[in-house]
Amino acid sequence: VFCFAEALIADIQKKITEAFEVFDHECNKTVDVREIGTIIRSLGCCPSESELHDLLAEVEEEEPTGYIRLEKFLPMMTKVLMERRYRPIPEDVLLRAFEVLDVNKCGHLTKEELVKYMTEEGEPFTQEEMEEMLSAAVDPETNTVRYKDYITMMVVDE
Amino acid sequence: MGCGSSTNAYYLLRKSEKAFKAAVLIQRWYRRYVARLEMRRRCTWRIFQSIEYSCEQDQIKLHNFFSYLMDHFTPSSSNERDFISRILTEEESYKDTELEKLCDYESVEVPDSYMGPHLSFPLRPDHATALVEAFKQKQQLHARYVLKLLHETRRHLMQLPNINHVSTCYSEEVTVCGDLHGRLDDLFLIFYKNGLPSPEKSYVFNGDFVDRGKQSIEILIILFAFLLVYPKEVHLNRGNHEDHMVNLRYGFTKEVMQKYKVHGKKILKMLQNVFCWLPLGTLIDQKVLILHGGVSDMTDLELLGQIERHKFVSVLRGKKREEKCRHVDSAAMNSESPEGVDSPKCSSFPGSCLHPSASRTELSQWVRQTVQEELEKCRRQVGFGETPADKELTCVSSVTMSESELESCGTSHSRQEEWKQIVDILWSDPVPQEGCTMNTVRGGGCYFGPDVTEKILQKHGLQLLIRSHECKQEGYEFCHNRKVLTIFSASNYYEVGSNRGAYVKLGPDLIPHFVQYQANKTAHTLTMRQRISRVEESAFRALREKLFAHKSDLICAFKGYDQDDTGIITLSDWATAVESVLRLGLPWRMLRPQLVRSAAGGMLEYKSWLEHLAVEQRSKEHIQSSLLETIYRNRSNLETIFRIIDSDHSGLISFEEFRQTWKLFSSHMNIELTDDGSSDLVRSIDFNKDGNIDFNEFLEAFRLIERSHGDDKAAELPPTLHSRDSS
Repeated sequence: VFCFAEALIADIQKKITEAFEVFDHECNKTVDVREIGTIIRSLGCCPSESELHDLLAEVEEEEPTGYIRLEKFLPMMTKVLMERRYRPIPEDVLLRAFEVLDVNKCGHLTKEELVKYMTEEGEPFTQEEMEEMLSAAVDPETNTVRYKDYITMMVVDE
Repeated sequence: MGCGSSTNAYYLLRKSEKAFKAAVLIQRWYRRYVARLEMRRRCTWRIFQSIEYSCEQDQIKLHNFFSYLMDHFTPSSSNERDFISRILTEEESYKDTELEKLCDYESVEVPDSYMGPHLSFPLRPDHATALVEAFKQKQQLHARYVLKLLHETRRHLMQLPNINHVSTCYSEEVTVCGDLHGRLDDLFLIFYKNGLPSPEKSYVFNGDFVDRGKQSIEILIILFAFLLVYPKEVHLNRGNHEDHMVNLRYGFTKEVMQKYKVHGKKILKMLQNVFCWLPLGTLIDQKVLILHGGVSDMTDLELLGQIERHKFVSVLRGKKREEKCRHVDSAAMNSESPEGVDSPKCSSFPGSCLHPSASRTELSQWVRQTVQEELEKCRRQVGFGETPADKELTCVSSVTMSESELESCGTSHSRQEEWKQIVDILWSDPVPQEGCTMNTVRGGGCYFGPDVTEKILQKHGLQLLIRSHECKQEGYEFCHNRKVLTIFSASNYYEVGSNRGAYVKLGPDLIPHFVQYQANKTAHTLTMRQRISRVEESAFRALREKLFAHKSDLICAFKGYDQDDTGIITLSDWATAVESVLRLGLPWRMLRPQLVRSAAGGMLEYKSWLEHLAVEQRSKEHIQSSLLETIYRNRSNLETIFRIIDSDHSGLISFEEFRQTWKLFSSHMNIELTDDGSSDLVRSIDFNKDGNIDFNEFLEAFRLIERSHGDDKAAELPPTLHSRDSS
């Protein structure tokens, strides 16, 4: 008897394994722990840094080796995907988040404001992350971040 | 404080909480975005690499094709015999006197109208710098000077040993550069950042100067000029692309003929005789070994030092046909009692040896057997069956021969051994797994593990192996416990923004210092997202082409998952089927969103999906679609073969030659061609009344000439150079 759920799980597991293998440079079913965040996020999840930390704790070895094994990662990630945890953020929610930061309600943030929020609040960006966000977010003519346009542009890629 | 303030405080707290939460949200979202970009970047890289290496595999398949012909083809007519011998006659490296006659420069006149640089010999440093300036101004060096330069270079190279020896006590620092592949801008950038070669500035260039990029000849001219001017400071190693057979396919031959319409042929002939004299490696302070590809478990530096390297004009040609025939005939004539014919262990190696004491009947049996094996192997390579066995072959087993065979083969065996030494150092790749296995992806050389590296280093008292041969995203990469360093100097190799180039500097302490760069102005003004998109587009274009070329096989595979013939399969099955046909080892489920636009409910209508692919690719509707597909799949091979036949590089081949070629090619590649198909093919070609085919037109008609849009765009940009330093 053909079981749909089984097929679904099998497909999910193949997907997870593929994503994992992209970062498995030594072809021995392990990846550097620093790449786990990228793998999890590219599979459609959107955890915060602290949520990511929790996930990592589940798959790390008792004595951390700096590597994560597929056999530990696979069941954890399968569960995450099946339970549809850490869903991506809808566009309107994202927009509202920017609007919260836009205290003057002028439809844009200055470059300095964005930098301040992103590097001092929440789960702060590294300098590299900040620079990269600025390169695309800042409108060179006005030197401001017109966040509505920015979101629209970024979402097109999804 | 009164109530008002605490409400205020509470309000402020809530507000800052909100801001905190908003910030986390945005950061979360952004990090996911970046992660997805990174994944896309990695996948794109994988696509390019797997396609590149499968092309190289094609090249070796082509070699096997020629070896197969050499071993088993019986020309049915004198025409065919001449034709074959013209393709297959191994080029000897010429003696000086013959070369002087064939590739003379004296008779080449430089017209008054020539505005480019003039060279006089012996070359002086100002000549070399003048050349650099001239090429920056997009000038071209006259054929006369090119030829003379090549003659002088050859004369110089002939004096050099197989392995260059460099010492850091004379010039304090040595700079090692990897593959340049005709990217002149990268060479300019290296000279700009690091300085021109001089008595104070030593350089080692580790092969692959030519092919792919559009300014290979300019790079060669500059490198050779500096080699002559500063012979103690400039060292060149041979790469696998310093080989005219490889050049036929990867663009260098084309470039030379386009730039030197009258004298190109002479220049190419001369180049063959320069490439074969390039040293095979460089040793710094007896401690750091620099080779183009890598090593194998059979690599023997002493043997390498003794080989007459110039005998290997092309590493992709096997033994002479005549030698083999003599061998077989004499054995047959002796009519010794057949000892039973084993399948020769070295049959997996091109140019296999025959058991010398076989009789005529055994001989024909053996021929049939090995023909079968060879065909089987080729079918497997083209993707018609499983190849689990191949992976188990080791380099060692493929050279095993019995004692009597060793004796009778005599010089041809040790030549085989020498050939293997050279192929291994020019074509091998390091891998994380221990051991030494045949490099099935490239089709030549080995995959060598950390244990092989360790053994070689210990045996010769070395501390580091520097090699190139593989493109690396950051321009360099360590492996094997930092005992092997890959250095790659062609930035934007696959596409603008695909990778950085790098060079490495070694002082007397032999500690490597790296400098990275990227030679394209636009690469820096683009955001990460734009850079990745652009490279990605290019990769997916190439991938779609590959998919289209395998249309029939894909339909078959899809039908396997669609027993009820509904025309629909799951996306999961799609991924499995595609991998089973293309065998590129790519993460298809990750790539799917870019390849499959519409799939309702996780199901795909595969026929219409393939139709969409085809619509993008098809040009001539009246040609049998499977034929078109087959041509498309094999177009690089076709072009290479045509170029070989067109020995005077005129761009014209006779109609008869074309037919014979097509017959050979299609029989070997197991292509079925109906009579209608082939006459359609012929009718679609415009050929003039004297029976010649301008095959450039033919190739163009089927869009078989590779167009690289990226390269064209890059060439149009002014040669201003920007770079990012990071050591």
